[in-house]
Amino acid sequence: MSVLVYTESENGKFKKAAYEAASYAKGIADQLGTSVTAVSVNAEDDASLGKYGVRKVLKVSNDKLSKFNADAYADVLTQAAKNEDAKVVVLSQTANDKYLAPVLAVNLEAGYAANAVALPESTEPFTVKRNAFTNKAFNFSSISSDVKIVGVSKNAYSLKENETDAMVEEFSPSLDESDFSVNVESVDKATDKVTIADAEIVVSGGRGLKGPENWGMIEDLADTLGAATACSKPVSDMGWRPHSEHVGQTGKPVAANLYIAVGISGAIQHLAGINASKYKVVINNDPEAPFFKAADYGIVGDAFEVVPQLTEKLKEFKANNS
Amino acid sequence: MKILVCISHVPDTTSKINFTEGDTKFDTNGVQFVINPNDEFGLTRAMWFKEKQGASVDVVNVGEADTEPTLRKALAIGADNAIRVNTPATDGFQVAKELAKVAQDGGYDLIIAGRESIDYNGGMVPGMLAKLIKANFVNTCVSLEVEGDKATAIREIDGGKETLTANLPLVIGGQKGLVEESDLKIPNMRGIMMARKKPLNVVEPVGADAKTKAEKFAKPAPKGDVKLVDKDNLDELIDLLHNDAKAI
Ligand SMILES: Cc1cc2nc3c(=O)[nH]c(=O)nc-3n(C[C@H](O)[C@H](O)[C@H](O)COP(=O)(O)OP(=O)(O)OC[C@H]3O[C@@H](n4cnc5c(N)ncnc54)[C@H](O)[C@@H]3O)c2cc1C
Repeated sequence: MSVLVYTESENGKFKKAAYEAASYAKGIADQLGTSVTAVSVNAEDDASLGKYGVRKVLKVSNDKLSKFNADAYADVLTQAAKNEDAKVVVLSQTANDKYLAPVLAVNLEAGYAANAVALPESTEPFTVKRNAFTNKAFNFSSISSDVKIVGVSKNAYSLKENETDAMVEEFSPSLDESDFSVNVESVDKATDKVTIADAEIVVSGGRGLKGPENWGMIEDLADTLGAATACSKPVSDMGWRPHSEHVGQTGKPVAANLYIAVGISGAIQHLAGINASKYKVVINNDPEAPFFKAADYGIVGDAFEVVPQLTEKLKEFKANNS
Repeated sequence: MKILVCISHVPDTTSKINFTEGDTKFDTNGVQFVINPNDEFGLTRAMWFKEKQGASVDVVNVGEADTEPTLRKALAIGADNAIRVNTPATDGFQVAKELAKVAQDGGYDLIIAGRESIDYNGGMVPGMLAKLIKANFVNTCVSLEVEGDKATAIREIDGGKETLTANLPLVIGGQKGLVEESDLKIPNMRGIMMARKKPLNVVEPVGADAKTKAEKFAKPAPKGDVKLVDKDNLDELIDLLHNDAKAI
């Protein structure tokens, strides 16, 4: 009857999203008076899950799972859920978790609430607060099926330490040929860059930057902060920056700790996608730009003057504070 | 190749989001509805398969009669037939089960849905549909080619891309990248006229159960005023970010 959580790892290391999901699972387990069982796949530091309240780890080691495959991973979780008789399964909302969640939901005949931002406000009925209308509103969704799946949004519940001794058990689910009918041919991932999905800080540039040749100062600022770079939609549509940097309602969602918008007006579609970020800074020369209504901190000024100065000052700050 | 494009009928991205009946219902007053943007990229890619590879393209929506203008728009963009499953869309599971029936009856090779709809952001219909009909599935799909019965797709992952191959039948959760923004078609007069004559078949639902229910809604707390920092006093910004926000 434990709460099951899938803890995603990459190159053997758990993602921060996995620890957040474990923290959230522990919160639900406390509400239900039960404990948390995690499923890890080819991870190395399983015991580290104990820090976030995991009691048992079902450790899967299988070379066939070295590349993510939604059907196969969902199959692993299905068998684990049945093994544990889990009534609640917690996932994060990384690209992989969002990929496998609906497949798992069908396997388990489970209702699925994505983008959860808080612990269930009640467990009978099981009602979860989640983002809807692309961050323009919240929706309280009740799940009525016997097994329930909750996907917890990045940075919404955060990490909660809860030191527990995690028992690590080998778990060997049986995998079927049909689990691998979608074949991963190649993975293309820059390993030296912070990704928008993982970043604590995102520095984003808009049309106010005038052209792709001016992105050097955005990259400098981002490098100084260890941040990922992003952009508004027209910037990617015009080919100034790759589509993978487009954030907003039709681009990637951003739920960073800090979002710095430079030369971005703050159109409703842009804001919808980045609003889940905790702190927002806007740098814009037009004091009437709508972004000022959505930001925590604002600077009215020319980005071409402000950004290089800010980067210099941050470098000094970093040098004095490390 | 027979293609089915799943169309979600959603409020226009500029819509103000309000609720009625004690915050239990979305207030459609004054709201304009459109084809879900993620679906529109997929529909436009389907048009490419139609033009270049002779595919046929059907569109489907699970919803009541008020969604028909959205289906007509898809016909005006170039789809051949539209299907409306005559029941309100209540949750992802229910919609996926209704779509599964349409998909099986139609014997489609490729089913294109959007990675998520921009209203409920469930992100579950394409994956559930695929699993229900035992088709292959690729989510967050940004590129799709089909040769014979083999598809090559590119999926966006956190921080990169993955190239996948799979046999048809295939379901994708699509998004921008499948086609460029500039490829999106605004229906012309001829398209709109032709769309009026194209079949829009209303089929009765199988009556699938929902597993979740939207009980109520809430709007985010109003944002406090922005704290303006003088451009000549950037140290203050650094101080605020460090000491107040603890973000750096
Ligand atoms: C269906 C739909 C979906 C959309 N989805 C998205 C989405 O996902 N993401 C998205 O971003 N947009 C989206 N949009 C587009 C959105 O409506 C805006 O057009 C877009 O966000 C504007 O981008 P921008 O802020 O970079 O450009 P602009 O609106 O042109 O703003 C540029 C800003 O830069 C400022 N500026 C100019 N020069 C300087 C300077 N020297 N220093 C400082 N500031 C300067 C200007 O004051 C202005 O505020 C969508 C639109 C539609 C219709």
